[in-house]
Amino acid sequence: MFTHVDAIAGQLGRGLLLTLAMTALAFTGAVAVGLVVAVLRICPVAPLRAFGAGYVTVFRNIPLLVLLVLFVFGLPDLGLLYPLFATVSTAMALYWAAFVCEVVRSGVRAVPRGQAEAARALGLGFGQCLRHVILPQAVRPMVQPLGSIFIGCALSTSLAAAVGVAELTGQAEFLTLRYDQPLTSFALTTVVYVALTLTSGLVAGRVERKVAVVR
Amino acid sequence: MNKHFGENHVLRDIDLDIHTGEVVVLLGASGSGKSTLCRCVNRLETVDSGLISLAGVPLPDEGGELARLRARVGMVFQSFNLFGHLSVLDNITLAPTRVRGLSRHEAAERARQLLDRVGLADKADARPVQLSGGQQQRVAIARALAMDPQVLLFDEPTSALDPETVGEVLDVMAGLAADGMTMLVVTHEMGFARRVADRVVFLDEGRVRETATPDEFFDAPRTERAREFLSKVLSH
Ligand SMILES: Nc1ncnc2c1ncn2[C@@H]1O[C@H](COP(=O)(O)OP(=O)(O)OP(=O)(O)O)[C@@H](O)[C@H]1O
Ligand SMILES: [Mg+2]
Repeated sequence: MFTHVDAIAGQLGRGLLLTLAMTALAFTGAVAVGLVVAVLRICPVAPLRAFGAGYVTVFRNIPLLVLLVLFVFGLPDLGLLYPLFATVSTAMALYWAAFVCEVVRSGVRAVPRGQAEAARALGLGFGQCLRHVILPQAVRPMVQPLGSIFIGCALSTSLAAAVGVAELTGQAEFLTLRYDQPLTSFALTTVVYVALTLTSGLVAGRVERKVAVVR
Repeated sequence: MNKHFGENHVLRDIDLDIHTGEVVVLLGASGSGKSTLCRCVNRLETVDSGLISLAGVPLPDEGGELARLRARVGMVFQSFNLFGHLSVLDNITLAPTRVRGLSRHEAAERARQLLDRVGLADKADARPVQLSGGQQQRVAIARALAMDPQVLLFDEPTSALDPETVGEVLDVMAGLAADGMTMLVVTHEMGFARRVADRVVFLDEGRVRETATPDEFFDAPRTERAREFLSKVLSH
């Protein structure tokens, strides 16, 4: 096995890059979509609120693996052909967006009601009130839960191996088949995952201190 | 107008005119609907029936037109509601820049004048948490004034304040009244009501029970309910 250290490191490295790229795409997409869905869920227009609620119900209640299979094998059946990596990242972004939406909503609820009333009384519209008054004060309570979502999102990319993406877990499976050392290859992968999640926990802590609003 | 909260009929056939430059003080026992009336006037609360108009223009139920008209109805809350993440100056300039399209420079200049007027010229860069309650409320008044409101609503502006800071807020309000601002004031400060009000409106169980000049109301209330109310609030 030691003669293959370079090869192994190379494969795990490539896997890690895919994992990182997928995590970044899925998480960024989830935050963007989740923010939009959260705005829909609290906006004054009833049909939009219903749509937002429906979105969360659907995506939060389907196991991610099932969602990945539906996207990877279902979309081509509908004639929609996208690269595997993009398909998987999109499915993950949409899935985690449902969780981001709920975090944003609870952050918004943590802002005292009087803040929105004062803003409305001054003539600010719904969007202006949200953007200039509510969201800036909702960010702090959102940081830690978003950090948890990031970790969940990063670890969930390992499911992509099941639909054929050669990310970190995919590479571990490949090495297992090749060298017949399942414990070693998965132990190595675990170390990489843990390094990734510990780092994100630290980053979340720093961000939280930075966005603290003194009250 | 009429307003229900569920089964609770909170405002009953309210018919009220406030004239330009008039100071109307709204009195009534707890739960009589004073806050609700104030909040309905600028549509923070919906009404079940009735019409609210500002200088003859009816306020619509919602939408951009409401926001535009509502900007001309200032509101000062019991709990100040200054924006916690913004400096005093930014609290005052937010709406003028975003809603009325003033440049930052114009808005800041006007904000400093207003801060000077409420006696807080040196607090422009402070955060709301760094101010006392009385100072916060004076900033809130400056913030409302920055939109050049046609009328100002006050819902118990001094109820959350320490006794020693009540006076500084009432002084600012009396100054506004003297300058001809149109005001609707809910307060338990009877001395202020007597001194500053042009008219007292006594609300009881959601109805306007009595409308009178302060002298008439305090010296010779016409209704039994008003006499009861006054004996309670004036006895301590
Ligand atoms: N958001 C609400 N939902 C349900 N009922 C409400 C709500 N706000 C007020 N009420 C009810 O409406 C009635 C009038 O309340 P309001 O706050 O207007 O009274 P108030 O005269 O301002 O009293 P206070 O002097 O205690 O402030 C009360 O019976 C109150 O319980
Ligand atoms: Mg009240």
